[in-house]
Amino acid sequence: MELLLSGAIGMLTAAGVYLILRLRTFAVVLGMTMLSYAINLFLFATGRLVVNAPPILNEAGGPYTDPLPQALVLTAIVISFGMTAVVVMMALGAFLEGGDDRVDMPRADRLPPAPQSQDGDV
Amino acid sequence: MSPALIAALPFIGALLPGLLIRSGRNVAAISCATASFIALLGLCLHIPAIMAGEVVTARLEWLPSLGLNANFRIDGLGLLFGILILGIGLLIIVYARHYLSREDPVGVFYTYLMLFQGAMLGIVLSDNILLLLIFWELTSLSSFLLIGYWKHLPEGRQGARMALTVTGMGGLAMIAGMLILGQIAGSYDIGDILQAREAVQASPYYLPALLLILLGAFTKSAQFPFHFWLPHAMAAPTPVSAYLHSATMVKAGLFLMARLWPVLSGTPEWFYIVATTGLVTMVLGAWIAMFRDDLKSLLAFSTVSHLGLITMLLGFGTEAAAVAAVFHIINHATFKAALFMTAGIVDHEAGTRSIAGLGGLRRLMPVTFVIGTVAALSMAGIPPLNGFLSKEMMLEQAGHAVWQGHPSLIAAFATAGALFSVCYSLRFVWQVFFGAPRNDYPHHPHDPGFGLWSAPAVLVVLVVLIGLFPAVMAGWLVDAAASAVTGTAQHPHLALWHGVTPALMMSLTALVGGVLLLVLNRRMLAIRAAMAWPDAKAIFDAVTRAVTCAAVALTDRLTNGSMSRAFAAFSLTVMLCGFWAFSTGGWQGATRPMLPIQPVPLIGWAALMVACGCMVAFHRKRILALVLVGIIGLMVSVSFIYLSAPDLALTQISVEVVTVVLLLLALNFLPKFTVLDSRDRKRAMDAFIATLTGLGFGALAYVIMRSDFAFSPISQYMLANSHKLGGGDNVVNVILVDFRGYDTFGEITVLGIAALTIYALTETLLAGASGRRLRNWVHDTARAGDRHPLMLVVVTRLVLPIALVVGLYIFLRGHNVPGGGFIAGLVVSVALVSQYMASGFAWAQERQKINYHALIGAGVIAAGITGIGAWFAGQPFLTSTYGYVKLPGLEEFELASAMGFDLGVFLCVLGAVMLALNSLSRIARQAGGTVNLDPMDIDPSKEARR
Repeated sequence: MELLLSGAIGMLTAAGVYLILRLRTFAVVLGMTMLSYAINLFLFATGRLVVNAPPILNEAGGPYTDPLPQALVLTAIVISFGMTAVVVMMALGAFLEGGDDRVDMPRADRLPPAPQSQDGDV
Repeated sequence: MSPALIAALPFIGALLPGLLIRSGRNVAAISCATASFIALLGLCLHIPAIMAGEVVTARLEWLPSLGLNANFRIDGLGLLFGILILGIGLLIIVYARHYLSREDPVGVFYTYLMLFQGAMLGIVLSDNILLLLIFWELTSLSSFLLIGYWKHLPEGRQGARMALTVTGMGGLAMIAGMLILGQIAGSYDIGDILQAREAVQASPYYLPALLLILLGAFTKSAQFPFHFWLPHAMAAPTPVSAYLHSATMVKAGLFLMARLWPVLSGTPEWFYIVATTGLVTMVLGAWIAMFRDDLKSLLAFSTVSHLGLITMLLGFGTEAAAVAAVFHIINHATFKAALFMTAGIVDHEAGTRSIAGLGGLRRLMPVTFVIGTVAALSMAGIPPLNGFLSKEMMLEQAGHAVWQGHPSLIAAFATAGALFSVCYSLRFVWQVFFGAPRNDYPHHPHDPGFGLWSAPAVLVVLVVLIGLFPAVMAGWLVDAAASAVTGTAQHPHLALWHGVTPALMMSLTALVGGVLLLVLNRRMLAIRAAMAWPDAKAIFDAVTRAVTCAAVALTDRLTNGSMSRAFAAFSLTVMLCGFWAFSTGGWQGATRPMLPIQPVPLIGWAALMVACGCMVAFHRKRILALVLVGIIGLMVSVSFIYLSAPDLALTQISVEVVTVVLLLLALNFLPKFTVLDSRDRKRAMDAFIATLTGLGFGALAYVIMRSDFAFSPISQYMLANSHKLGGGDNVVNVILVDFRGYDTFGEITVLGIAALTIYALTETLLAGASGRRLRNWVHDTARAGDRHPLMLVVVTRLVLPIALVVGLYIFLRGHNVPGGGFIAGLVVSVALVSQYMASGFAWAQERQKINYHALIGAGVIAAGITGIGAWFAGQPFLTSTYGYVKLPGLEEFELASAMGFDLGVFLCVLGAVMLALNSLSRIARQAGGTVNLDPMDIDPSKEARR
């Protein structure tokens, strides 16, 4: 089972990284979603894999899996939704304002003013 | 008065001009002067205790875990500097009031000045070197503001930048040095460090610490080769120069050397570095000062020279030299502040401070002439003025010092320095005040009003009085300060006449030589003008330009605006670091058995893997990609269920729904297909990086899962105490709302902020050019004929109450079985979103009265109030409690205060999700979506009525 899960984590990561490396916003958003899955699963897996032992206290007194990574991942899932929503909004805004959905910054926007011209008097 | 309050007073004073400047410049000046005066008074009240050898301290714990405490102390040294800073500060406030013109923003000036005064006072009263460092950096920043006060002057801005660069760089080095020193001494409190001399000097880290600290002190005190910033800082208004460069800023470095003198001095390293630097600076500064044409520049280089003198005395490492250093600090502050103010008066009244354009002011400005002359003669070391006393003491100590076996080397150089000093001091007097009056001054010079000359006059009176009655006027202060510097009680005998000593002969030599040099001055100026001298500013500019270019080139190489390039570099770096860490980590091999693979999970896994593969292959068809996201999310949720994480599964699946809805809404306005615009080679390279990252990450996950815990996990505590302390059986939920409640509190706040950001972005978009573009939007896909289908509307209506009840149920049971605020919030938002989807945004929005902003706020407040509630029970923030309640007609049930917190989570999640989706829907509405009047397009009931 560990092999399967690590395979899935690897696959999700690879797909996520590949998509983030694309040049259009929507692909990058998809890639970030995939990477979130991978990382959430990875964090979850640090509690090690246990079947049929949810961390809900019962009469029998166990066994229980590690609850802490679960609590971390639970908030991470919700936060990653918030992050995705903000990024989507930014992508949409950039598309509506700029007219295309490229992620790369045009060279003209990027170059800082030349150091000599900071004051105009150096 | 508590030392902490004394240190705080100037900062309080800094707020006053901003509040009072509308009442006039005088009120602002008086308010600052009052703050300074009260602080000075408070300081002076401690004089009797300090004279008795006590150290007045105030201890405030700030970050005790870092060793950073807001501890203040007043000993003799702190007292001396405190009096200088506050006393001269008061005079400067008076002087500046009359100096600054009507056009200058005076309130801003006083605020900067008081900030600076507070920072300086903080340095000298700190009893903790980390606290001292904070004030140290604050002096760099506030002096930057002061030097650049005349923003319209390019010299002012450049001078301020140069000062900040040089002193800030030194400050950074000093932070490192101080940290090392604190580590060696085992404490950051100065009181403890001063006791640790042996430990510090025996440590192998002594030299690095010494070098780094001295770098900070030398840059601040303008020691060679960092002396060049000081003359350029003269672009500041003269009150600033008089304050910063006579009594305060540049003395901070000297203060630090004096403060740490008991710990650091006495070693050969200390002697050769400090004394040599001081000597070189003294001679070089005096030499350059002889040739300066600008009065303030002359004074600036003379300041450099005198700072070098004091540094050299501290460098000698003997107690007598330290006494002389302390005495000269007082004397230099008095005569130099007076001289700067005189230069300011001359500039103010005559309109120039170029020596070539001055001369003959003796009769035109008699008061200024007297003040300037007395101060300048003291600087030259002419008896019976105070400059003579300390210069004699300096020469005597220089006579005793031996440099590399040469007994008279230092004495010779020191005499040369004194000789140059006589020359430039007399030149100041001679070429400004004597000679024939001219008729080409830019303004007609005359003595200023009392307000402007009163401050230097006070100082000049002190110059004379200290010279005539040194023991009465300054003896006690020198005693106290020198005792604090050396750590042993000092009672030096300060007197004008010591008999015919070698020092007197050296003084006489300097005097005669100085007069001779003044006679030859014009010829020397010509010779010097003919020779090429390195221009410090040009070198500094060239260096900064080169560094800037290098930084730009490097940044350009790393990130050229291409996100994929930056991310590729990031991924590779992470992989490399991870691989290096793993290969040196010493993994022992798998220690946990593998769980058996069951057929059903295998099928789910295969579905996930195929979906991922399809995602990569078909991601350019965006709608299809969304379907794939849904599949992957579902498989992830299922795996959570299988692997004993029911809460995660519930969360994941409900988040999945809202995420897909969100992306669908966005896709409405984005292209439905991704254009292929990367070359094959880039795609291959990206695939390689992605594969590498995936393999690495997967392998790491595998290794972790097959190894046992390195430490026993802290969750054992949570499992054991979840019921006992938190009153809940669902440990995950108890961790969220109780054990780690503070984290969750932060997280829902972040979620709320994210939603508000989305709202704000939408507002901006709708208001701007995109809003106009949206109004004329032409959809690239055909609209559906039946946009609000009957089946969907009916089903969502039926589901809504059920979904709400389920949400409530999940919320209530969350503390003991899977569920809770997060999941309930998501479930309810899914139910609401489905209403919007079925009948259209506008139709649904008109029929609900919930304000989502308020919901987010209510959630954060509810969680916060629950947390604060614990205070009333005398518990820390967010401590929860629980009890059992019996209501008639119901079974006994449990009520935990954590439920209030969970309610906050619920409200915040619901509000945030709805606000995010709502914002996107508003964009759709702007784009001319027709508003439907009916819940569904084809309504059988309406047909029937008709």
